[in-house]
Amino acid sequence: MLKWTKRNFLTAAAVALPLALGTFGTIGEAAAEKVLRVIPHADLKNLDPIWTTAYISRNHGYLIYDTLFAMDENFKPQPQMVDTWTKSDDGLTWTFKLRDGLKWHDGPDVTAEDCIASLQRWGKRDGMGQALFGVIESLSAPDAKTIVMKLKQPYGLVLESIGKISSNVPFMMPKRMAETDPFKQIEEHIGSGPFMFSKKDWVPGSKVVYLKNPNYVPRSEPPSAAAGGKIAKVDRVEWTYFPDQTTAMNALISGEVDYFESPANDLMPILSANADITVEINDPLGNIGFARFNHLLPPFDNAKVRRAAIMAMKQEDYLAGAVGDKQFWKTCYSVFPCGTPLDNDVGSDVIKTGDIDKAKAALADSGYDGTPVVIMQPTDVPILSAFSLITAEKLRKIGMKVDVQAMDWSTLTSRRAKREPVSEGGWNMFHTWWIGADVIDPMAIAFSGNPAKGWFGWPTDEELEKARTAFAAAGTVEEKKELGKKVQERLWAIGASGQLGQFFTPVAYRKNVKGLIKSPVQFFWNMSVE
Amino acid sequence: MLSYVIKRVLATIPVMVVVAAFVFLMLRLSPGDPASVIAGDYATAEDIVRIREQLGLNEPILVQFTKWIGALAQGDLGTSIFTNLPVTTLIAQRIEPTLMLTITTIIFTVLVAVPLGTLAAWKAGSWVDRGVMLFSVAGFSVPVFVLGYILIYVISIKLQWLPVQGYRSMFEHGLWPFLQHIIMPTLTLSVIFIALIARMTRASVMEVLQEDYVRTARAKGQSEIKVLLRHALRNAAVPIVTVIGIGIALLIGGVVVTESVYNIPGLGRLVLDAVLARDYPIIQGLILFFSFIYILINLIIDLSYTLFDPRIRY
Repeated sequence: MLKWTKRNFLTAAAVALPLALGTFGTIGEAAAEKVLRVIPHADLKNLDPIWTTAYISRNHGYLIYDTLFAMDENFKPQPQMVDTWTKSDDGLTWTFKLRDGLKWHDGPDVTAEDCIASLQRWGKRDGMGQALFGVIESLSAPDAKTIVMKLKQPYGLVLESIGKISSNVPFMMPKRMAETDPFKQIEEHIGSGPFMFSKKDWVPGSKVVYLKNPNYVPRSEPPSAAAGGKIAKVDRVEWTYFPDQTTAMNALISGEVDYFESPANDLMPILSANADITVEINDPLGNIGFARFNHLLPPFDNAKVRRAAIMAMKQEDYLAGAVGDKQFWKTCYSVFPCGTPLDNDVGSDVIKTGDIDKAKAALADSGYDGTPVVIMQPTDVPILSAFSLITAEKLRKIGMKVDVQAMDWSTLTSRRAKREPVSEGGWNMFHTWWIGADVIDPMAIAFSGNPAKGWFGWPTDEELEKARTAFAAAGTVEEKKELGKKVQERLWAIGASGQLGQFFTPVAYRKNVKGLIKSPVQFFWNMSVE
Repeated sequence: MLSYVIKRVLATIPVMVVVAAFVFLMLRLSPGDPASVIAGDYATAEDIVRIREQLGLNEPILVQFTKWIGALAQGDLGTSIFTNLPVTTLIAQRIEPTLMLTITTIIFTVLVAVPLGTLAAWKAGSWVDRGVMLFSVAGFSVPVFVLGYILIYVISIKLQWLPVQGYRSMFEHGLWPFLQHIIMPTLTLSVIFIALIARMTRASVMEVLQEDYVRTARAKGQSEIKVLLRHALRNAAVPIVTVIGIGIALLIGGVVVTESVYNIPGLGRLVLDAVLARDYPIIQGLILFFSFIYILINLIIDLSYTLFDPRIRY
């Protein structure tokens, strides 16, 4: 039997104390390491930002991968991995030289062949990528640092495409990873960006850890949205996903986390009142609410019915009802987000109406035959759930029969792909939002007029498609603005979708966090904790 | 006894097969599709079809089922559609917090509820009994999340005694960090179980206290403590142990709310997230896992009866 001698006691204490208090080494290391503790807007479920369009995977991508070009705060593409580039006089040959010092996280240099393979994989999944590859004749790498892109015809969106800011972003990956089937997930997660993914620390549904890339050579320009120098100012970025917003808020208040990416608007009064916390709108474009019609099925196969419904959609009602506090929303009658280069007013009288009586009269003239409207209501997304109920009420007021069908978002995303009649599982309307950055120009799939390749709802309009194609080929800013107006005119004329205004999700962070970059996408370089 | 255990273990196989077939079919027949979730807002119908093909979701249900059962027979629960990680890895990552929360909750519950219930039975009709019953009713009535938020507000935000959220492994971070993070979830979760088990104990002990052998024990001059513990509680233990066992099984699979309120990455949240995303392999794997745990716990409960009641023989 063990005797409790002084020696035994001291030995037991030496073993038990570190167990009880945590290891001393960890405490010492933690003090030296700068950690940015973040509550991301969603759980990072998958790590391939080409395989999925999920914004959280895109944000993950920006941490570990780099891009050839990147959009600055004025929505102009600027070189990022590229050092210099030239365009031939006929606009058909583009030559890009990679800058010095670009290395993959596992050591080798980034090569032009890696970049070509990455562009090719992206071009098979992304809409803008597919459009670009539609005009690419060849991509070649005459040397390890040079990419030559030859086009079949002049194309006005080469840099805008490869410098695209939101999903799918053309992130550069090592060739062996980029050669993965684009419809299959990559197995490795090696990039050349300012942070490295720590796979051993990844707990899906809970935690993601990124470590500073000590070999990253940032550009010398100051950061500007996705462009400029990406300087990692912390050693470690930790994402901890919180399924419960109240707990997330409490963790921020108690100082257990530093940064809350997407707090619900109803938490704002409490967060704003806390002296240790800053609440601000970091995304200048915010989100654009959409009420989407199914153009294939009655009653919304009739443009007059769609336009009558849009006339009833008073943006203030939606935004006040679903978002709340007026400081977080504004009306916007342009199909392109207000404050962006293509923002305009052409054809938008229909959405400015917001008048039930006028909408009622328009519906009476439309030939509406009383066909019920099936609205899919995603009850697990509060804003969209509210949008659905507001639309239902408005449509009833103008004399339409409405059937609101409650479901979760996953069911909605599955059902909206069905083109069949309602009796066979089809639908008439759903609501969603696009982040402003995804709808800044006519190339967004949300504005498609080609039912074969277009977005759910499948509008058909040849004039619209011609204007979009002309926009892609346009060479000057003036031409692009004019074509943007033409696209908008057609979108309102056919009543493609109802637009429900622009709303913003602020970020909240503790006062010790510095260096946020204003952008429609959340970036973590340049951010520091003091 | 050994032959009984072997029979029971073998009997789990057809049960598991039925559960597997049922879960598989229910998932495939329910609305929603992981391919649409993966494809996202920008996808076209063509993209969704390609993703479905890549995931093998376009194959006939029977083919999908056969492949899944074949892999199961080799101990492979499948790979998550979204995370691309094996389901067994995901379960392994999440089982510790759930298991620890279950253990601490059950220990705390038993330590509080059994004495409280016994005391209430012994002092039936007194203010002590009424107090215990009042606590039980309140324990059943207060939703777990309300209690959780109140505890967080008072203990973490106002008093700053304990952290708001998270889980720290005892083996990785030490005992104190573990306790700091587990105390409030344990308290929150225990209340409803204390209410249940205290009532159960009270009813069982009260019934036993009416038995002749208790009167005999008292007539022999045994102390009340001995009568209570040796005669009454032991004979009342069978239904109590049954409820505790069911409680353990429930705790392992069904503490989603507590895990969410305290941001504990446990199995409950894993299954909920998987359901919302239609991550079929995770849902199938976890339900099978939970079924196995249920069967195992029921077996342990049945075997434990022999400890309390010598008349029970297997």
